[in-house]
Amino acid sequence: MEPASVPLQSAPGERAIAARRRARGRPGAKLAWIGQGFLLLLAAAVLYILITNLIKDPPLFAAFVLSGLQLGFVYALIALGYTMVYGIVRLINFAHGDVFMVGAFVSFYAVTRFQLHIWPAAVFPDLPSGLVVVIGSLTVVLLSMIVCTAMAVTIERVAYKPLRDAPRIAALITAIGVSFFLEFFGALYFVFSPRFIPYQRPFEVVTWYIKDGIHLVQAGQAPPPGSITFSNIFLIIVAASILVQVVLQFLVRRTKIGKAMRATSFDKPTARLMGIDVDGVISFTFAVGAAFAGLGGVLYAIAYSSIWTQLGILPGLKAFVAAVLGGIGSLPGAFVGALIMGQAEALTSGYISTPMRDAVAFTILIIVLLVKPTGLFGEAAGEKA
Amino acid sequence: MRTFKLLSVILIVAFVLSACAQPTPAPAPAAPAAKAEPTKAPAAEPTKAPAAAPAGGELKVAILAPLSGPVPTFGVSTRDGALLAIEEWNAKGGVLGKKIVPIVEDSQCTPDPAVNAANKVIDQDKVHYIIGEVCSKASIPVSEIANAKKVIQMSPTSTNASVTVGADGKTKDYIFRACFIDPFQGKVGAKFALENMKAKTAFILLDQANDYVKGLAEEFEKAYVAGGGKVVGKETYTAKDTDFSAILAKVAAAKPDVVYLPDYYNIVNLVTKQAKEKGITAAFLGGDGWDSSDLDLKAAAGGYFTNHYAPDSTAPEAVAFQKAYGAKFKDDKGQPKVPDALAALAYDATNMLLTAIKNAGADDADKVKAALESISFQGVSGKITLDKQHNPIKSATILKVTESKVVFDSVVAP
Repeated sequence: MEPASVPLQSAPGERAIAARRRARGRPGAKLAWIGQGFLLLLAAAVLYILITNLIKDPPLFAAFVLSGLQLGFVYALIALGYTMVYGIVRLINFAHGDVFMVGAFVSFYAVTRFQLHIWPAAVFPDLPSGLVVVIGSLTVVLLSMIVCTAMAVTIERVAYKPLRDAPRIAALITAIGVSFFLEFFGALYFVFSPRFIPYQRPFEVVTWYIKDGIHLVQAGQAPPPGSITFSNIFLIIVAASILVQVVLQFLVRRTKIGKAMRATSFDKPTARLMGIDVDGVISFTFAVGAAFAGLGGVLYAIAYSSIWTQLGILPGLKAFVAAVLGGIGSLPGAFVGALIMGQAEALTSGYISTPMRDAVAFTILIIVLLVKPTGLFGEAAGEKA
Repeated sequence: MRTFKLLSVILIVAFVLSACAQPTPAPAPAAPAAKAEPTKAPAAEPTKAPAAAPAGGELKVAILAPLSGPVPTFGVSTRDGALLAIEEWNAKGGVLGKKIVPIVEDSQCTPDPAVNAANKVIDQDKVHYIIGEVCSKASIPVSEIANAKKVIQMSPTSTNASVTVGADGKTKDYIFRACFIDPFQGKVGAKFALENMKAKTAFILLDQANDYVKGLAEEFEKAYVAGGGKVVGKETYTAKDTDFSAILAKVAAAKPDVVYLPDYYNIVNLVTKQAKEKGITAAFLGGDGWDSSDLDLKAAAGGYFTNHYAPDSTAPEAVAFQKAYGAKFKDDKGQPKVPDALAALAYDATNMLLTAIKNAGADDADKVKAALESISFQGVSGKITLDKQHNPIKSATILKVTESKVVFDSVVAP
């Protein structure tokens, strides 16, 4: 996990001194208990607030948890891309959130301009309408994933590959440049325009409520008090996110390309000596991450139904925090981290205030970096994918 | 590791700050009636008519409008509305026997260019009357110059209170406006909710960082509580939020009769859509920020908002104005353009100014100022008189959102 530039520059002697200093304890270690005590107090206060509110109004608490889950599973889709790319090339790909945005826009144009979501009805008029919606929506999602994949591979080839042997900071700053490029190029009038665009969904969102069984919420009808509502897009996001996680685990652990990814992550020069096409593996990693970001973008746009060119910034950053929280480089870590971030956000906006939720999200980043920089599932060094 | 930590924190801060830099879609100055389609400027009337002056000479009127910059559609509408009024007056023989000569300057909705434009028209063109600016942040610096140089400034749409009132709390002598100010809309909204909607409980949603939204929400709350209503909840969000589910869960639990959401249309689209999906049946109520062709009518259907002017108003002045405007200005497809609130207010502002000059009987700033202060003017956007702070006292229009279009609902007097 140590940045490559640091060990390269520090001589062995310096390293020994550093180790001895660590053994003696860092300066100010005596006062560390203040920080730890503060964090413990904070944790206790959070627990107290949550438990009292859970007892006071369980359905409301459940509503917050559900909206947190929805957000968390979307973050998970983005966080996977961050963590995979970091695992392979040690690059925090800040343009990832904007790939997510492009995914949302591609689906928007596919639906409004080209009516791609109802193509099966045009080709096979006899198809039942339910099947039309499913196939049409899947096509839209697939198209977004393909476009995002192509874009990410292009970005990797054009912007990152020439810098592979440059100091890591150069690649990082390039990633920021690419991110801004996508945002502000997209904001041009002949690209996406800088407006907030109402998103036309490929299928209608249906809501159910749980109270003595599951019932459909009719238009213009309020669900009874004390009920918990959830929607079809919530179920789709959860299912898609879990499916992606499973597929990715299989891909990394059980397939040949997965083995190549792990080898590349472990030691690039040696992997190359062993006959692994390192550049191909890196491109593949970018492609897979971007495909999932594209999927996330479509689902996010369907769920919250308004898109603009800076849509990807905050979800991207929060997914990055999630990846760090889970231990950057670790796939299950990114997943768990994203779910924690989703809950933190939803419960903050529920019980403190909405403007506070971004502050809380980034406070989590700072606390993780201070207390456990390797994250929940982070390994000290070595094998990652 | 340390580099990583440091970099992460710096980057996050940088990103968040950069993201904060450009929030709302129309950093709307006054009436955020940003029309989406890139309006092609219709061939402007000859802005400087040389020679051919009638017997009585010329009377120059400057129009400062943001023809470029962040809100060009506001500028085009404002310019067109003002030019139409001037043309009509000239057809009737001008004012005080003089031909009115418009001088159009692009003030970009930005302080510096607006100040340059104001200095140019005052010092070089020697105008005594300025129509503009549209945006409050540009109107305020212009008003300092105009007031110091005894030039009458009439802003059609700047709603910030400090356009006409100085930092010392004194009214600026020569500065006027044709639109109502922000707090007034909140008051009207509260009155409408209590009397027309018979809403006994309200829930307020606001963006704490937006002065426009905050001003409306605060006035609404004051007037609503004073009128006997009960505010059952108040929640804040930020302009970049997309997920309102936590807030809406609270709204659903509080079961209010009306939800007051005085924000721009982009937020309104998100909130109303997500509210419908949560099964929230309370009606939404907002301000002129809803006035946009990008408003999601299906989501916001059943909602109401306060505005300066209704496009389908049946008042004789409004009908005549729409006809004349449509005949003179065409949209991209060659169809007659439908005037928005900005065009209507610019038209009113120009007519009001010229009427005052006529009433004063002389091209003299002090006499015109006195005439304006005592004016009673029937405009497209209603009957206008001015209060001590040079703000119009006029009725607001309530528009209702239906699934297919926005329709006129009622007029609420203050």
